[in-house]
Amino acid sequence: MSTVPVPYRVIDRWDETRDTITLRLDPVGEPLAPFAPGRFAMVYAFGVGEIPVSVSSIPTDGGVAHTIRAVGAVSEALCRKRVGDAVGLRGPFGTGWQLETARGQDLVVVAGGIGLAPLRPLIRRVVADPRAYGRVNVLVGARTPADLVSRVEIRRWATAYTGVTVDHPGAYWRGEIGLVTRLLDGAQFDPGQATAFVCGPEPMIRATARDLVHRGVAADRVRVSLERNMRCATGHCGHCQLGPVLLCRDGPVIGFDRAEPLMRTREL
Amino acid sequence: MPDTGQTALLDRAGLDALVAALTADGRTVVGPTVRDGAVVLAELDGADALPWGWGTELEAGRYRLVRRDDGAAFAHTSGPQSWKSFLHPQREKLWDVDRDAAGELTVCPARNEPPSYAFLGVRPCDLRAIAIQDRVLAGGHFRDDGYAERRSGAFLIAAECTEPGATCFCVSMGSGPAAEAGFDLALTELIDTGGHRFLVRAGSAEGARILDRVPSEKGDTTTSDAARSAVDAARDRMGRAMPPMDLRALLGASPEAERWDDVAARCLTCGNCTMVCPTCFCTTTEEVTDLTGDHAERWQRWDSCFDLDFSYLHGGPVRASARSRYRQWLTHKLSTWHDQFDSTGCVGCGRCITWCPVGIDITEEVNALAEEARS
Ligand SMILES: Cc1cc2nc3c(=O)[nH]c(=O)nc-3n(C[C@H](O)[C@H](O)[C@H](O)COP(=O)(O)OP(=O)(O)OC[C@H]3O[C@@H](n4cnc5c(N)ncnc54)[C@H](O)[C@@H]3O)c2cc1C
Ligand code: SF4
Ligand code: SF4
Repeated sequence: MSTVPVPYRVIDRWDETRDTITLRLDPVGEPLAPFAPGRFAMVYAFGVGEIPVSVSSIPTDGGVAHTIRAVGAVSEALCRKRVGDAVGLRGPFGTGWQLETARGQDLVVVAGGIGLAPLRPLIRRVVADPRAYGRVNVLVGARTPADLVSRVEIRRWATAYTGVTVDHPGAYWRGEIGLVTRLLDGAQFDPGQATAFVCGPEPMIRATARDLVHRGVAADRVRVSLERNMRCATGHCGHCQLGPVLLCRDGPVIGFDRAEPLMRTREL
Repeated sequence: MPDTGQTALLDRAGLDALVAALTADGRTVVGPTVRDGAVVLAELDGADALPWGWGTELEAGRYRLVRRDDGAAFAHTSGPQSWKSFLHPQREKLWDVDRDAAGELTVCPARNEPPSYAFLGVRPCDLRAIAIQDRVLAGGHFRDDGYAERRSGAFLIAAECTEPGATCFCVSMGSGPAAEAGFDLALTELIDTGGHRFLVRAGSAEGARILDRVPSEKGDTTTSDAARSAVDAARDRMGRAMPPMDLRALLGASPEAERWDDVAARCLTCGNCTMVCPTCFCTTTEEVTDLTGDHAERWQRWDSCFDLDFSYLHGGPVRASARSRYRQWLTHKLSTWHDQFDSTGCVGCGRCITWCPVGIDITEEVNALAEEARS
């Protein structure tokens, strides 16, 4: 495991939404160990800093992609990168979705906003290997139609149910309106035989996970990906604590059985 | 580390010879010395620099040096620093990056030849604190290489406690006043009819080797017994105590206690307690660039969970209130540290009590939480 960033080069770059881009990165020299869906890297922008970013695609020909929303100094610097520019990567870090434990199950994948990015490599694996799973459901919510990442790809995924909803539709939206939890009514799954993967803003995660548990999905089969400030990703900086959990090490994906009491405590 | 069973007696000249032997081996000897009205930890050029004849008077929010007429070298208690200043320094460069004309990055880990330290006068509570930082920084899946290098080369000379301070509670935390493991040599200072001398026990093969090179007398059972009873007596003179209960369970069950509001009304969230604590390990990072713009450095520095930025997440801090930040600190120390690292995060050194500007006392807060849980 390298303790310093490993140089990667931007080989492709595209806009996802008005404030979110995807960088397709290839190693300049030796690559990092392979990523798994749900795991993350510390992405370094020269002269600015380093932030945790989930892997949003794991191309079969090597390399990695990250989907980044510009919200502050480092994420803005990364969003300004062009093809040919260099970044540094450390990783892979974290637990990942552990899709292998969901074989044979119905899947409920629920994403809020940019939360779809860490779920994308998982969904791609699932739709590429449909016989390994039961019914596959993909539920996506965003604030406005303009905030939807992977808009085109979402429609191509062969699933039992794909639902997309927005909070603020604007003039041209003809799809669902409202919270992503509303889509659960349309999803096709046997709660006793289902595994859910949930990523998005914390209130959305809580509402969705609670609803799923309410419908009979075992809390430990509802996997949620959480965020805390992270400086090192190696379990030494103390920033990513969520009570007993060090999210960089024990997460970012944890079961809702563990997450629920922690998320319930205010300002934990 | 096994106690090798080897014991010896040193006088003041013998202690000086020990410092000289360690220095001759190329070690940087660090120990307590009086500076600016406090016992600080600094490089020692000989045993003369030790705080001979100085003691300390401690209370919540108060620290004072006092003269002692017995001339003791180790009768003071924890000062404002701990050994983490050397093993896990306040600022440390992580890496250098150069960007060439083509925009390629070259990243080099910042690895300086670490000094080979010998720490003289490590209190048993601080020995335990070092063992705890070992677990946190070098015992997990990833290792803090800088820490691990400095630590693996360090030679530890413990000084058992015979004069506990008013803010000490190592007995409650099971970390003192006797030094049981984790040292190369352990000293017990004795001042009685037999004179002023130090009983030395070797705790490692290297400790025994160094001891062989220092002029000393053989330890005898009378002195060993006197040393044991001096340390045992200290056990009964602890200034403070935690409630005798499962602290991990207490804190784990207290996230909504009313006491947090009470302490939050007093706490300045200055973070002093985290800076002086020998186990607190949290850090943040900084990016530094030079004028050319083609060279950058990544630095790590101590951070505090009392800082608002510590929990910053797009838009604001997760822990905005003083209540939530004090709760985080104390709950981490006594409860979630067990979940994360399989040990407590408090060794009962009392520094956080002594150096809190408003005299907040961890033992008083925990006793109040225990009281609240009972009612
Ligand atoms: C495991 C994990 C995976 C993530 N995956 C993605 C992803 O795929 N795409 C994406 O766009 N974002 C992701 N984030 C969030 C991303 O890390 C933050 O948006 C980013 O750190 C903001 O840094 P900044 O310097 O741009 O913003 P600023 O607001 O200037 O941040 C100031 C500092 O606070 C910290 N910080 C602020 N917000 C966050 C946050 N949400 N999480 C962690 N630290 C934060 C940063 O370390 C930063 O240095 C992820 C976060 C985590 C913890
Ligand atoms: S407890 Fe005391 S030392 Fe710690 S942050 Fe509060 S005021 Fe500062
Ligand atoms: S919490 Fe206070 S008493 Fe415990 S180890 Fe830290 S400074 Fe010492």
